[in-house]
Amino acid sequence: MTVLESTQELGLADDRAAGPEDTPRLRPRGRGRRRGQGKLPGARIGYVFVLPFFLVFGAFSLYPWLDTAWVSLHDVRLSTYQQQSWVGLANYRELFTSSFFWNAFANTLTIGVISTVPQLVMALGIAHLLNYRLRGRTFFRVAILMPYATSLAAATVIFLELFDSRLGLVNWALHLVHLPEVDWQGSRWPAQVAISTIITWRWTGYNALIYLAGMQSIDADLYDAAAVDGAGKWRQFLHVTLPGLRPTILFTIVVSTIGAAQIFGEPLLYHNGMPDGGTQGQYQTLGLLMYQQGWTNDRLGLASATAWTMFVIILLAVVSNLLVARWRTRGELR
Amino acid sequence: MTTIAESSAEVGVRPVRTRRAQRNREAGGRQLQAGPWTYVVIIAVTLVSVLPLYYTVVMASHTNAEMAAKTPPFLPTLDFFSNMRTALSLAPLNHGLLNSLIVCTAITAGTVSLCTLAGFAFAKLRFRGANLLLAVCVGTMMVPMQMGVIPLYMLMSRLGLAGHLGAVILPTLVTAFGVFFMRQYIASAVPDELVEAAYMDGAGPFRVFLSVVVPAVRPAMAVLAMLTFLMSWNDFFWPIIVLSSQNPTVQVAFQSLATGYAPQQSVIMAGTLYGTVPVLIVFAILGRQIVGGIMQGAVKG
Repeated sequence: MTVLESTQELGLADDRAAGPEDTPRLRPRGRGRRRGQGKLPGARIGYVFVLPFFLVFGAFSLYPWLDTAWVSLHDVRLSTYQQQSWVGLANYRELFTSSFFWNAFANTLTIGVISTVPQLVMALGIAHLLNYRLRGRTFFRVAILMPYATSLAAATVIFLELFDSRLGLVNWALHLVHLPEVDWQGSRWPAQVAISTIITWRWTGYNALIYLAGMQSIDADLYDAAAVDGAGKWRQFLHVTLPGLRPTILFTIVVSTIGAAQIFGEPLLYHNGMPDGGTQGQYQTLGLLMYQQGWTNDRLGLASATAWTMFVIILLAVVSNLLVARWRTRGELR
Repeated sequence: MTTIAESSAEVGVRPVRTRRAQRNREAGGRQLQAGPWTYVVIIAVTLVSVLPLYYTVVMASHTNAEMAAKTPPFLPTLDFFSNMRTALSLAPLNHGLLNSLIVCTAITAGTVSLCTLAGFAFAKLRFRGANLLLAVCVGTMMVPMQMGVIPLYMLMSRLGLAGHLGAVILPTLVTAFGVFFMRQYIASAVPDELVEAAYMDGAGPFRVFLSVVVPAVRPAMAVLAMLTFLMSWNDFFWPIIVLSSQNPTVQVAFQSLATGYAPQQSVIMAGTLYGTVPVLIVFAILGRQIVGGIMQGAVKG
């Protein structure tokens, strides 16, 4: 239910003002003229409309999510996946005592932070600029969304060469300004920064547009009022734009957190499709670890335990985001 | 609980504000004139967004030795085309493009039709448990796919679908986001009176859906279609698990090109570009609508 609460908090249940309770629905209500007809919309036909959705959704989303927990309590092999032997919590015990897990956990955390925080801050700045009256603004909006249209696989392959130690443009540029060249593959932090760069490149424009949409829904009168009170542009940004964007910012933080927890494709392709996350696992994420356990090491039960653990981590991260947001609101009100 | 009450109050005001803000915009409202520095920064951001794609063309037309030169090249050459042909002989890119087209068309058609159906029911029909079902839908919107990927793989193996396109199509044939998005749009764009009037004229619910609701919400369906197509085109995680390089989507073909034996980096770059350009062209044509769709989704979603 926490997820549900959070989605509402985020403004996903946008129409709560006209919410489920007081939306005028088509249902025989009081008026006699309708009662006579008897089969007005509603009743059972609704189930027919939602049935196809819930059939597919139940079979290929809900059921697998729940079954993951069950599989994680078993020893399961790819080749003989129909024979599952009960092992209780052994998979979890193995997971939490394995250095691979803690390494992947730390990497997921650091890559997540390096790829999300600068991204959202830049997106906010870009959105602010895009909110000015610009010539060719459609062009700029489409252009900054090009990385989003580029697939993860293509972007990673491209950046892999840009970051190539010998052939890459990045090291050439560093050399040009007399900085030492960097080993973008072998060393932990440079590799993590490079991977985070790919993620940031792909998603900054997208988030900027989300923020822009939020900014455009802020009442212009608020700015006028602030200006009358003598607030300059910067103070207007701090005291009108940011508070007005609060639900949007929270939404992007939550979505980015969920995305960051699952980072998989970039580090996989960054090491030529191998799930070890570099020669020393220096950028192996939890998503990669799960893939390695399940499909390389043939331990589906253990991989399910990792998946379930990831879910709990995501849940904790989202809840703590929301708690921080709530705490901050209280602070502002006081 | 306070949080929800607070935020819902906040949220409840938003649609009104939106409309008002837009009116203001048209009248000139809050929009400030951009100064030269705004342009400088925005152009820089644009360059960072686009230049890696341009430089891919350069990388795709030069040998490793040329790239390693003291001053690397900054212009593409015609070698690009021969590198592209080599890439096509090394990886099943055309097969991948065709498969991606099939997969994405199926997913888009399924998502748009099934989610519109369900969205209509949630917005305009009253049936027992509707709120609970909608809550299940919204509540699971944020559960990541990785959560269920292992049972899903086992399920697909059991169905004999592993390695087949059906295994990629089925799990994303509907999305909770799609249902929610369509519900919101239908609730606000289709007046109840219109539906009621159609009923008065003796139309059944399916007739009402097809001839009243669908025409009215076509713009939202188009937005959902574009977003769904782009998302499924770029999807990597599940296809890489369930498909092999014998029957890949274009993303899986990229992986086999990048990790297989390629004589030069330029071949990999040329192949990657070859598989990316179709979607970039579509994006350039529909860019305005996609931007609008994402921004609309942000306000709605």
